[in-house]
Amino acid sequence: MKYNVDEWGYYGEFGGAYIPEMMHSNIKLLRDNYLNIINSEDFNKEINSLLRDYAGRPSPLFHAKRLSKHYNTNIYLKREDLNHTGAHKINNTIGQILIARRLGKTRIIAETGAGQHGVATATVCALMGLECVVYMGKLDVERQMPNVLRMKMLGAEVVPVVSGNMTLKDATNEAIRDWINNPNDTYYIIGSVVGPHPYPDLVARLQSVISRELKWQLKEHTGKSDPDYIIACVGGGSNAAGSFYNYLDNEKVNLIAVEAAGKGVKTAETAATIATGSPGIIHGSRTMLIQDEDGQVKEPYSISAGLDYPGIGPLFAALNQSGRVTFESATDEEAMEAAFRLTRLEGIIPALEPAHALAVLDKIRFGLKDVVVITLSGRGDKDMAAYMSYMNRMNNIS
Amino acid sequence: MNRIDELFLCKRNNILSIYFTAGYPELNSTATLIKLLAEGGADMIEIGMPFSDPLADGPVIQRSNETALRNGISLKILFNQLSGIRKTINIPLLLMGYLNPVLRFGIENFCKKCSETGIDGVILPDLPPEIYKKEYSGLFSRNGLYNILLISPRTDNERVRIIDSISRGFVYMVSSSSTTGVKGQFTERQIEYFRRIKEMNLLNPLMIGFGISDNSTFKEACQMANGAIVGSAFIKFLSDKKPDKVLIEGFIDRIRNSSIT
Repeated sequence: MKYNVDEWGYYGEFGGAYIPEMMHSNIKLLRDNYLNIINSEDFNKEINSLLRDYAGRPSPLFHAKRLSKHYNTNIYLKREDLNHTGAHKINNTIGQILIARRLGKTRIIAETGAGQHGVATATVCALMGLECVVYMGKLDVERQMPNVLRMKMLGAEVVPVVSGNMTLKDATNEAIRDWINNPNDTYYIIGSVVGPHPYPDLVARLQSVISRELKWQLKEHTGKSDPDYIIACVGGGSNAAGSFYNYLDNEKVNLIAVEAAGKGVKTAETAATIATGSPGIIHGSRTMLIQDEDGQVKEPYSISAGLDYPGIGPLFAALNQSGRVTFESATDEEAMEAAFRLTRLEGIIPALEPAHALAVLDKIRFGLKDVVVITLSGRGDKDMAAYMSYMNRMNNIS
Repeated sequence: MNRIDELFLCKRNNILSIYFTAGYPELNSTATLIKLLAEGGADMIEIGMPFSDPLADGPVIQRSNETALRNGISLKILFNQLSGIRKTINIPLLLMGYLNPVLRFGIENFCKKCSETGIDGVILPDLPPEIYKKEYSGLFSRNGLYNILLISPRTDNERVRIIDSISRGFVYMVSSSSTTGVKGQFTERQIEYFRRIKEMNLLNPLMIGFGISDNSTFKEACQMANGAIVGSAFIKFLSDKKPDKVLIEGFIDRIRNSSIT
């Protein structure tokens, strides 16, 4: 594959493993074993049965007819929101916990922003009977309380992170520090296509089930396995990586990644890394990064805790540079409007993250015959407080 | 000759290196602290370059980084603070920090500035030896700048040899699998690891760091290596004081000579 990681862990000039020596042995262990494990027969047997019987895959592909009519095109929704735990995150955590067990690890750590990855990790730890510690920025703990409660009920220890700015970036720092301090028994389940090699490649491969299913599902629906467009939101980029993965080499399929603009890409309150960032190193990877002129990482902003990350997977830094993927962005306000539109037209309440992907429908005019796939990466239950406050605001205006 | 080499040439044991964060406790503490530490009897000084995301550091150094950044420190300001320092200071001076601010500053410019201000070595924990060797070792050599590499308890002997062959000045031996900070006395396993490395007779001198906090850990480390590095314990000591000659001398004396704190 043209867009695959090279043997040193780079996508072109991005990627690599910029890690302190204290992490070397664990990263090497994973690097030396991950491909053998995920290509092995017993791993595939186990993960396929769990994805089907436990996570509920394949996730449906839904022809959203009323939404299609509204935008004069053909819109299909890849329903990752219908997976167990309510998002695409479970695809990755099932795979990684099976790897952790094969590496002989007994304690699992994870970082989380919106809490979806934390819940998906706590879930598989309960399933496998492994100890689970989830790091979550104190601010995110406050704004995503339902997910905190779910993790606790699942038996995970949720550690509120008070260092730095107390959001996803700092939770990731804290998880990395935990791994440095507990190298023997612990495995770190990273939630996105970020971090040192081999994590970006590993997570992309585990999420690639999304586009693998998409191929045959589209063929059933439309007679063709290739759509004209695939649209996905991108924070770190795991659902976008999975949605694009099996189409990267097919240049006829247009791929659109949507970043969270927050209050606008021209303001300081944004999480749009490609739009506003520059090359740098974060969490062990060379990628695009929102930073100041001294190389200090800037705190991003988005209403969506899951997209509120100052970096982006190195794969996407490379796909932006090569032009293979088109980057768009949507503001808080645009995402809100798109979420309500989908809800009222199709009876589906999306999470705030994929609401950003839906917002692109108002920015790009698609053709009457175009087939447009949008990945609905998660459901909106966790975001009800934000949606209600938006609805109250709108009601007060009108 | 690089001052780090000079130091190890004339002194083989009980070398004390002290780390502090540039711009901490106050923006302009940097030059004062260097002077007080050198006069107070430190053999070598590591100056921390603050970063927003110091992922190999424990809470004490994290907080000093945050404070220093709030105080307004940057590499540009740090190099200004260091200009002229060599008129009075002769001991080795090192910069320690993370790669991103250095890359953003421009690594060629960074090496040039180090050479101009009289910095002898650099410690960048998130720059692995393989990448350093491939990308930057030529540049560092041309500027007479040493890059000091880390080993940890989980670094196997074969890799220790590779790191020893790339590191210049000394090898930085991280005392335990951990981030920086105080941990109390050494365990049997740590002593075993110190012994394993000592018996390898590395090409480079050896300094032990992370968790060196008092006279007892310092003395023990010095039996297994050429010396030791005190970081978090010094930052903690600084946190509620205005540093002066008596205080700094007292701190160094307690590390070197007595276990009473």
